[in-house]
Amino acid sequence: MARYEIFVTYREGIFDPPGATAKGALKNLGYPVEEVRIGKYIQLQTEAGPDAVREMCEKLLANPVIEDFRIETAEEA
Amino acid sequence: MRFGVVVFPGSNCEQDVVHAVRLLGCDAEYVWHQDTDLSGFDAVVLPGGFSYGDYLRCGAVARFSPIMNEVVRFADRGNPVIGICNGFQILTEAHLLPGALLRNVGLKFVCKPTHLIAEESVCHWLDVNPGTVLRIPVNHNEGNYICDPQTLERMKAKGQIVLRYCDADGSRRPEGSAPNGALEDIAGICNEAGNVFGLMPHPERAVDPVSGGIDGAAIFSAIVRRVAGIPESVVQ
Repeated sequence: MARYEIFVTYREGIFDPPGATAKGALKNLGYPVEEVRIGKYIQLQTEAGPDAVREMCEKLLANPVIEDFRIETAEEA
Repeated sequence: MRFGVVVFPGSNCEQDVVHAVRLLGCDAEYVWHQDTDLSGFDAVVLPGGFSYGDYLRCGAVARFSPIMNEVVRFADRGNPVIGICNGFQILTEAHLLPGALLRNVGLKFVCKPTHLIAEESVCHWLDVNPGTVLRIPVNHNEGNYICDPQTLERMKAKGQIVLRYCDADGSRRPEGSAPNGALEDIAGICNEAGNVFGLMPHPERAVDPVSGGIDGAAIFSAIVRRVAGIPESVVQ
């Protein structure tokens, strides 16, 4: 059983409305923020191997039209 | 003519769609998302709502419902399929239509009447003259259409852009007329063949004068005429 951590973010060039709003709020607070990108963090516990996890991301967990994903293996047993 | 209206857990516009097509004298029946048979239907509607609670991404989970394999086959055979609002999101997730629908710019849920200008397109679901302005309401949080530049150019060349948001006189503002930030004010697109149509506005809510207009009926009547083989006529 392995535990994976998956990070899903909008692809470069895709406008991120929640990120833009958070950036505006941080600027209002006086912080010199250049960019905020908001994405998803997914924890996955599975017997499947890394290839299958990549497939899960491509098929369902991320939409390749608008999103990139990064998989990290958190724990192997 | 018989419409199949697919119901996912969380769909909420299926009754309005059934009402709209019955007003035109057509039959309509609900199709449960676990079903795997579309035989006997002439057209399929994926209605609006919040399928699977919009979890993960709008339409991402519904796209893997058992009925969707059959919807893809039905569409691939050239049969008419329309996705309205959440249905449009499902069609993009299922890759029956290009692009994706992001969160509205401004993060606001938009619920109001909009004006839409008909573009010159290959869409089977619209037979009004290009330039005709329709008034149909929207009701969504993720209607911000996006696609990459190559896809946009290809869609333009193939006549796949069907409806754009506009002002009442049909003009589009330089800063954009879409209530959601959609790329080039895009409100509805179709596939290359023209039989699969997705749009964010709700035509089923504009088929009866009692609810503020009948412009939405043009969408359903176009496909009824086409399936019945009645020559294209112009609805104003």
